[in-house]
Amino acid sequence: MSAAPQKAKAGAEQINVKVSAVVPLNDLVTRFEFQRTDGQRLPTFSGGAHTVVTMNDDGRTRLNPYSLMSDPTDTSTYAISVRRDDQGRGGSLFMHTRVKVGDEMQITYPVNLFSLDLRAKKHVFFAGGIGITPFMSMIAQLERSNGNWELHYAVRTEALGTYVDELRYKFPNKVHVYYDDQSQSIPLEELLDGQPLGTNAYVCGPKGMIDWIHATAAAAGWPDAQVHSEEFTAPQPGKPFEVRLCKSDKTIQVGESESLLEALEREGVEAPFLCRGGACGQCETDVVSYDGEFIHRDHWLEPEQQAGQKIMPCVSRFVGASLEIDR
Amino acid sequence: MSKFQFPESIKSRPVYGTLEPRVGKFHLMIADAEGAEAILELAAQDSALMAKSHIIFIPNGTDYGDQLKALNPAQYYEGPSYAASVQRIRHVLANAHQGLQVYLTGTEGLMGQAQNEAMQAGIPHTFIQTEHRGSVARRMQCVHCKGITEDVMTDPFVCSHCGLNLFVRDHYSRRLAAYQGVCIDAEDPGNVPEPVELYK
Ligand code: FES
Repeated sequence: MSAAPQKAKAGAEQINVKVSAVVPLNDLVTRFEFQRTDGQRLPTFSGGAHTVVTMNDDGRTRLNPYSLMSDPTDTSTYAISVRRDDQGRGGSLFMHTRVKVGDEMQITYPVNLFSLDLRAKKHVFFAGGIGITPFMSMIAQLERSNGNWELHYAVRTEALGTYVDELRYKFPNKVHVYYDDQSQSIPLEELLDGQPLGTNAYVCGPKGMIDWIHATAAAAGWPDAQVHSEEFTAPQPGKPFEVRLCKSDKTIQVGESESLLEALEREGVEAPFLCRGGACGQCETDVVSYDGEFIHRDHWLEPEQQAGQKIMPCVSRFVGASLEIDR
Repeated sequence: MSKFQFPESIKSRPVYGTLEPRVGKFHLMIADAEGAEAILELAAQDSALMAKSHIIFIPNGTDYGDQLKALNPAQYYEGPSYAASVQRIRHVLANAHQGLQVYLTGTEGLMGQAQNEAMQAGIPHTFIQTEHRGSVARRMQCVHCKGITEDVMTDPFVCSHCGLNLFVRDHYSRRLAAYQGVCIDAEDPGNVPEPVELYK
C-alpha cells in the first residue's frame, strides 16, 4: 500500500453544498451536481479523487463515497454519477429517489486514493460499467496537459453506456467501447502487448475485472506498481455483534445492516475515516482483546495484522463471544 | 568467489539481491566483470531465457566474453567501458515495451548508473533486479565540488577533481548513482587519518 495514513480528526472535513442539477443519464445512472451554499469556490482536486456524501435518510445517516467525475479545475461545481443499486444498502436508492435540485447536503473534501502516476509515459484506462466515473476526471486532467492516454470501456448494452456518446464524440481515436450483449470483450492481452516502456494501466470496475487485469499484466511481465486499481467495498450486512470500546468506556451493539464504523458514529464515538470502503487505511483500529472470529473485508491490513491485531471498522465485522477495540 | 556480503547499514545504502528469471516479453542484462558469473547462473536456471535476451557486457579486463556469447543470447554487445556502452543502453530502453525485464549485475557503480537509465525510461526501481559481484569499489560524489571519483577503494580518499580529503559515507543518491564523500579535515586541515581499505 502507499503512504501511511495521515493523522486526521474523526471523519473528514465537510463542505456544505446545494444540489444544482440532477441529470438522469439512463435507466440506472443519474448525475448529481453540487455547488457551495456560501457561493464560494470549491477546492480543486486531482483526477480519480472521491468525496463522501452525507445523506439524511429519515434520521438515519448514510455516508457513501463517490468518485468526482467533473473537470478537476472547475471549482464552481462538483459532479458525481450514481448507479442505482436496488439490492444495495439504500444509499444509491436514496440519491435516486429523494435528492432534488436545491436540496442542501454535506460532502467531504476530496480525497484521492486512485491518482494518476504522472511519471507514466502513457496511461491506459480500463473501465467496467459505472467504473467509468474516476476516468472522466482523469481524462479532463490529462487533456489539459496534452497527456497520452486511451480508454477501454466495457458496458452491458448501448442503452446503459454511461457517457459513451460524449466520450466518443470528444475523443474518437482514444475511446474504445465493448458491449457485453454483443459478445464483445476487451482484447486485454493484445492491448497490453507492445505498450511503450513506462505505460501505466488503471482499472475501475467489478472485482473480477480488477483481478483479471492485474493477473494478465503480471503474466506479461508488467510491474505491479504500474497497474493501479480502485475497489471500494460496500460494507456487507452480517450478524449483529457487541463491541467494548475501551477508550470511550462504552459497550455498543452493531446492527445487522450497519457497519462497525456506522455504529461508532451513531454512538457519537470519534472514529476517523476517508474512503469507507476498506481501501485508505484511515479507520485502522487496534484490537485490544477478542474471543471469536473476524470477518475482514478490507484491502489494507497485512495478513498478520488481520490475525487479531487490527480491524478496519468501515467494512469488517466480528462473530464471537467478545471483542474489545481501542476507540 | 565473486560474492561479498555487505555489512548492514543505513536505509539509504542500496541492498542487492540474487538474479532470478522472471516472466517477461524481453530481457535486458547489463553486467561488468564478475557480473558475468551471475548471468551464467541465471541462464542455467531457465533454458528459454536467452532466446529473448540482450546482454550488454563490460569486461573490465576479465575474459568472460566467450562464455556469455556461448549462451546464444538474441543480442550480445561487449563495450570497452560503461561510458562507451551507455548510448546503446539508452537506445535499447527507448525502443523497449512494457514487459521488459532488467537484470543488473557486477559493481555498484555499474548497477547504479544502469538502474538510473532504466528508471528514467519508465521502470520503477523496485522492479529492477540487481546482484552484486566482483569489486566492492564505490562510485563517490564529492559533495563540495560535485565531481565523481570512480573505483574508490579506501576511506578516506582524495577527490580526483578538487583534491580534498574525503570521508566515505553510506549516504547514497539514486539520481547520481553515487555515495557521498565529505571533507574529513575541514576543521583541522591536514589532520587526515591513514586511509584504510573499505570493509577491512
Ligand atoms: S475508511 Fe478507508 S479503510 Fe476504512
